[in-house]
Amino acid sequence: MSDDVLIAIRGLKTAFGPHVVHEGLDLDIRRGEILGLVGGSGTGKTVLMNAILGLQKYEAGEILFDGRPFSAMKAAERRRVDSRWGVLFQNGALFTSLSVLENVMAPLREHIDMPVALMEEIAGMKLGLAGLDPSVAERFPSELSGGMRKRVALARALALDPDILFLDEPTAGLDPIGAAAFDTLILELSRALNLTVLMITHDLDSLYAICDRIAVLADKRVAAVAPLEALMRNPHPWIQEYFHGPRGRTANAGKES
Amino acid sequence: MRGNQAKSDTGARVDLRDDAGKTVVEAHGDWTIDTISRVDTAIRNVETSVEPDMIVVDLTQLGRVDTSGAYMLGRVTRRCGVPDGDFHYLGRHPTARRLIEEVRRRSQVCPPDPPRGFGFVEALERIGSGLEAAFAETIETIAFFGQTITTGLRTLVRPSSFRLTSTIWAMEEVGVNALPIVAVLSFFIGAVVAYMGANLLAEFGFAIFSVELIGISVLREFAVLITAILLAGRSDSAFTASIGAMKMQQEIDAMKVLGLNPFEVLVLPRVVACVLMAPLLTFAAMITGIFGGMLVAWTAQDISPAVFIARLHSELDWSHFWVGMSKAPVFGLVVAIVGCRQGMKVAGDVESLGRRVTASVVQSIFIVIVVEAMFAMMYLELGI
Repeated sequence: MSDDVLIAIRGLKTAFGPHVVHEGLDLDIRRGEILGLVGGSGTGKTVLMNAILGLQKYEAGEILFDGRPFSAMKAAERRRVDSRWGVLFQNGALFTSLSVLENVMAPLREHIDMPVALMEEIAGMKLGLAGLDPSVAERFPSELSGGMRKRVALARALALDPDILFLDEPTAGLDPIGAAAFDTLILELSRALNLTVLMITHDLDSLYAICDRIAVLADKRVAAVAPLEALMRNPHPWIQEYFHGPRGRTANAGKES
Repeated sequence: MRGNQAKSDTGARVDLRDDAGKTVVEAHGDWTIDTISRVDTAIRNVETSVEPDMIVVDLTQLGRVDTSGAYMLGRVTRRCGVPDGDFHYLGRHPTARRLIEEVRRRSQVCPPDPPRGFGFVEALERIGSGLEAAFAETIETIAFFGQTITTGLRTLVRPSSFRLTSTIWAMEEVGVNALPIVAVLSFFIGAVVAYMGANLLAEFGFAIFSVELIGISVLREFAVLITAILLAGRSDSAFTASIGAMKMQQEIDAMKVLGLNPFEVLVLPRVVACVLMAPLLTFAAMITGIFGGMLVAWTAQDISPAVFIARLHSELDWSHFWVGMSKAPVFGLVVAIVGCRQGMKVAGDVESLGRRVTASVVQSIFIVIVVEAMFAMMYLELGI
C-alpha cells in the first residue's frame, strides 16, 4: 500500500439481512484528494460512507485508516480518529434545538477544552469559512433556507479542523448558482486546509468542477475509479450511460465552453 | 515547515520582544484547535495593549497550524469595527501564511452581542411579554373555536364534505381505545371515595349515607372529570403530536394547495369524535365508579349490593346523572379544540413540537377545571 493512501477499504461486504449491498468492494482514498462517489440510486453510496464512519456494521472485509484497521482500534483511539474527520449528512442533520452558533460549537464542547468566549469566536470564524454572514449565528436551523442549512452543516463539519471531510450530496437541493458556489467553497477549503474529501454526489457539474478522481459504484463494488477523462472512456455500460446520456453531455458541454 | 525541527514541547506558546519600537509576537509550537486556548489570554493582552500597526508576528518557530491557530495569529492585528490593519510577518511558513489570509478574508472579529441580562427592567419586560402572549393565546383559541364552528356549520349545509372515515377512526382512537383506562381509573376513584366517606360516616352511625356520597360524587363530578383529564392526557396530546408532525412535514401546506381545508379534514373529525365519545366514556366511568364504590361499601361496611342499588334508586334524583352527562360534550370540545390548535401552531423544529404538546395538555386540563368550576356555580344558582 502506498504511503499517500489515507483510507483503504479491502473486500468490504455489507448487507441488510439477505439483501447484499456491497460485496468484495475495494477503494483507496488518497491523502489530499477530492474523491467523488457516484452510482445509481440504491447502489449503497451512503451505506459505504456510513461503513467508513462506523455507523454501519459490515459483514466482511476491512477498512484501514492510515494503515491501521478499524477493527484493531481501541475505543479511545477510534474516538481520536473520529475527531479528525468532519461529516456533512444528506439533510444537514443539524440539532434543531440549538442555535446555529451552538451547532457549530457542539463538537468543540465535546472534544476541546477551551473557554466559551474563544469557542464562540472560533465557531463564528467557521461560519465565515462556510460563507455565512455572522448575523445568522443566533438563528435556529428551522429558520434557515436549505442552502444556508447546508453551509451551517459544513461549518460544523469543519469545526474540529478535520483532515477528512465526508460530504453526502452537498449540493442536492441547491439552486445551480448556490451549488456552484458551494463547489467552489469546498474546492477552496480543501486546497487551503489540505483536506481529503469524499463526496457523494449526483451532481455532474460538481464532478466536472472539483473532483480529482471519481469512483463509480455498480454491481455491489467499485466498478471503476479514475480521473474524469479516463473514466469517460471506460466501456462499462452504466458509466457510458451516466456520462454520455443527455444530462451528462450538457454538463460536459457546459464545462468545455 | 510542517513538523520541521521536532520540538519536545508542541503546545502553543507566545513570546514578546521589542524590535525597533515594534512589538514582535513570536509564535512557538503547534497552533491547532487543541492547543490555542493556552495562548488566548496572552494574545488578548497584546491586542488590548498594542496598536495593530506596531505588531509583527514571527512565524519562524511555529510548528503545525490549522484554521483555528491561523485565526488566533491573524487576530492580533484586527480590531472590531476597524478595517483590518496590514499583517506583518517574519519568517517563512507557507501553510500559515495561506491559512491566515484565507481566514482573515472570510471572518470577522467582533465579539457576539452580550446575552440579555437579568435586571429589574428585563424582569418587568418578561412579565409584560408573558402577559401579552397569554392574552394573544386566549384570543387565538377563541378565534380557532369560531373557525371550527363555522366549518362545522358549513358542513351541516353541505354534508357531503364531512369526513366520515376520519371521524370514525378518531372515534375509535378517542373512545374505544380509551375505554379500558377510563373504566379502571373511575373504578378506583369510586373505591377511594367509598373508603374515605364510609369510615367518616360510620363514626356518626350513618354508614348507609355513603351510598348517596358515592352516587352523587361519581355521577356529578368524578366520572366526567376523570374522563376529561384522561382525554386531555391521552387524546389531546396525540392530536397535537400528529397534527404537529404533519405541519412539520408540510403536509398541511400540501392540503391547502390541493384545495383541502385542514379544518374540514383534520380538526372537525377530531372535534366531532371527542364531543360524541366523551359522554359515552363518561357513562362507562359512572358505571365502573359506582361499581367500585359498591364493592368497597359491601366489603368494608356490609352494605349489600341489593341494599346499595335499592337506596340509589330511592334516594338519588336523575338530575345528578344529567348534570354529569351535560358537562361531558363540553369537556370533549375543549380538549379537541386545544389539541388541534396547538398542533396547528407547531413550527418547523422538534423543540417546538415538544413545547406545543406540553402546552396543549396543560391548557386543556386548565380549561377543563375552570369550566368545571363555572358549571358548579351555574348548577348551584339554578338549584339543580
